Amino acid sequence: MPTKIEKDALTGTDTTGHEWDGVKELNNPLPKWWLYTFYACIAFAVVWMVIYPSIPGWKGTSGWVAREAVVAEVAAAQARNAPMMARLREATPAQIQADPELRAFAQAGGRVAFANNCAGCHGAGGQGALGGFPSLADDDWIWGGSLEAIQHTIRHGVRANESDDQRQSIMPRFGADGLLTRAQVDDVAEHVLSLANRATDPAAAARGAVIYAENCVACHGDRGEGNREVGAPRLSDQVWLYGASKRDIVAMINNPRAGVMPAWQGRLDPAMVNMLTVYVHSLGGGE
Amino acid sequence: MSTIDAPHRAKADRPAASPAAGQPLYADRVKVYPKRVFGRVRSVKWAVLVACLALYYVLPWLRWDRGPGVPDQAVLVDIAHARLFFFWVELWPQEIYFLAGALILGAFALFAVSSLFGRLWCGFTCPQTVWTDLFMWVERWIQGDRNARMKLDQGPRDANWWTRKALTHGVWLLIAAATGGAWVMYFNDAPSVTHAILTGRASLEVYFFFALFAGFTYLLAGWAREQVCTYMCPWPRFQAAMLDENSLVVTYRDWRGEPRGKPRDAATGDCVDCFACVHVCPTGIDIRDGQQLECIGCGLCVDACDSVMGKLGRPKGLIAFETLRNLSASAAATAAMPPGEARFKAGMAARHLPRFIRPRTMMYAGALAVVSLVMLGAFLLRSTLDVTVIRDRAPLFVRLSDGGIRNAYTVKIVNKTREEAPLALVLQAPEGFRMVVQDVPDDAEGRPLLSRRADGIAQYRVLVTVPGGQRVADSTPVTFRLLDATGRAVASTSSTFAGPRP
Repeated sequence: MPTKIEKDALTGTDTTGHEWDGVKELNNPLPKWWLYTFYACIAFAVVWMVIYPSIPGWKGTSGWVAREAVVAEVAAAQARNAPMMARLREATPAQIQADPELRAFAQAGGRVAFANNCAGCHGAGGQGALGGFPSLADDDWIWGGSLEAIQHTIRHGVRANESDDQRQSIMPRFGADGLLTRAQVDDVAEHVLSLANRATDPAAAARGAVIYAENCVACHGDRGEGNREVGAPRLSDQVWLYGASKRDIVAMINNPRAGVMPAWQGRLDPAMVNMLTVYVHSLGGGE
Repeated sequence: MSTIDAPHRAKADRPAASPAAGQPLYADRVKVYPKRVFGRVRSVKWAVLVACLALYYVLPWLRWDRGPGVPDQAVLVDIAHARLFFFWVELWPQEIYFLAGALILGAFALFAVSSLFGRLWCGFTCPQTVWTDLFMWVERWIQGDRNARMKLDQGPRDANWWTRKALTHGVWLLIAAATGGAWVMYFNDAPSVTHAILTGRASLEVYFFFALFAGFTYLLAGWAREQVCTYMCPWPRFQAAMLDENSLVVTYRDWRGEPRGKPRDAATGDCVDCFACVHVCPTGIDIRDGQQLECIGCGLCVDACDSVMGKLGRPKGLIAFETLRNLSASAAATAAMPPGEARFKAGMAARHLPRFIRPRTMMYAGALAVVSLVMLGAFLLRSTLDVTVIRDRAPLFVRLSDGGIRNAYTVKIVNKTREEAPLALVLQAPEGFRMVVQDVPDDAEGRPLLSRRADGIAQYRVLVTVPGGQRVADSTPVTFRLLDATGRAVASTSSTFAGPRP
């Protein structure tokens, strides 16, 4: 408590009683404009607290809820896009791509949908990732890179236990189930390397060619060209889903891995699927 | 202002305003009742006022045909579409430096004018001065001249007082509303926004800025007036740095006027202490106290004094636009002389023509010329067609099935004209680099034809591929060029092609 309140001789104003090294503070009144602004702020705050949910448990007289505001905004945005989405739902991906207006909308919407749903596995730019996440930006497709094929894959997924329409392929576990001996697996791997001119042991590759003809040709083709009907990857190129080294190839023959992609039909609006189709097609690998 | 030698008598007589002297630091505003004045300066001021207000209120209504789908308002800041229209000029947001340049030009012009002619800006063209003058004119029209207004304010708050005050403030508010409305028009189509405001259908933003500018016009021109210049505006403070003893400023020729006294007293100077100069002053000061911050240099006291001198049959120009250098020269020449005809002649003979060419003014003029030239050059060389390229960074590059490498780019054609003719895109890169632009046709020579968007940005996805087997560095410079129909390169930009680290 300040105790030594005294009247300042020069100004006639009381001091506050505070003193610092002989310097005393005059107790001048606050400027009126400042004081009234301050009171106005207090009044504003009180009114605000009554109208809005300001204290836990108090809902406010206005009934305003942040969540409802967001929901309304989202609904408004969706309503704004509704005519466009309806057109995207009706059109085929090919029709969307042919129409500049639809294409621009699908590209923009597809980019966002891709980031939300696909980028987790396929990467932000569709570059994929080693270990079973295919690149969507290159020119190598397991199930096809046409608009129809991409749309089908997005709709039904890969090994997704969705329906008979899903992409389904199973490679036998040649090593693990004892279909081939270790030496045979090694020879076949050498032959697979030779399909892309990477073999280092011609003798082993020649032995492997026989085993390849008996076990692998049905799906992967004579010269390892692959088969999109059954989702058998091309072996004669430089793109490898599970690694390009001989060690990786041996591991795949012994105990093949089979990645799963969810079916997006039912999860995403058909218009969204179409937008994604057009966007993925534009990443660079579209056929 | 080194040679300032004006009489400080009036000020010196007052006690110093400091707490030590027992004076409060705060002083209430003393209301100023400027008296009506006639004369040359006043006529010029009226002309400037009419010109400035006409410019401000009429400009948004001028039309300028730019073709269909484009605003036809001559001067318009189109925030929603990010365009600034000024007659034939159309600026994009990235060209806002033209606006900055115009402001710099304005600043240097202001410096130059101030160093030559003093506070011409403050006294004649500053919006605060112009609108205050207009409001004072309304005030005088409704409440009468100085004496009538003072009487009205000192008299009872009767019906007459209420009527006149209400009428004054009503007209002020109308002017203020027109001012706020005109401001909004610079950012919206004038006819439609006027209609929207009047019918209550304008947006909240429009009403906000309308009210903001109307409110502050009313507040600043109706109530605050000279306090804006004296307390709020920084310009009077640093303007002193532009003025020197060779600048023309409004001054009282004390060597001629002092000592003040009765007209018939032979021992007194020309100043008859009639206070005409004080009564007409819009900031309520006495110019005879010498140069002071509050003086906005409007020169109304010149007119007031001239009319008094004219009535007394004495030469005009006791208060005049004069340099401080001349003032001290005259004072020196007449120091020992008694008042009278001889002193006047000697004082006037000691004057020289104002020195307009001096290092200071030359520097301002030089800066003005340089900035003007730079601005003009930048404006004339301003590109209306740009191409920008953004290389995809995720993925940095794509390895293809044949071992080739592919990069993806986003090419944007920035077209500031309404021209829509397509342009061919060509890639300047080492042998073997192939370019594909998605979703566009090719021209006769197999080059991708990119259409432009009129007054907009067209965006394309471009893939550049190096086939397998060709060695490629981890970074190769490439250039994209746009060719018009005649094969001339109209725009180009460079980027890089990324490959794996060797």
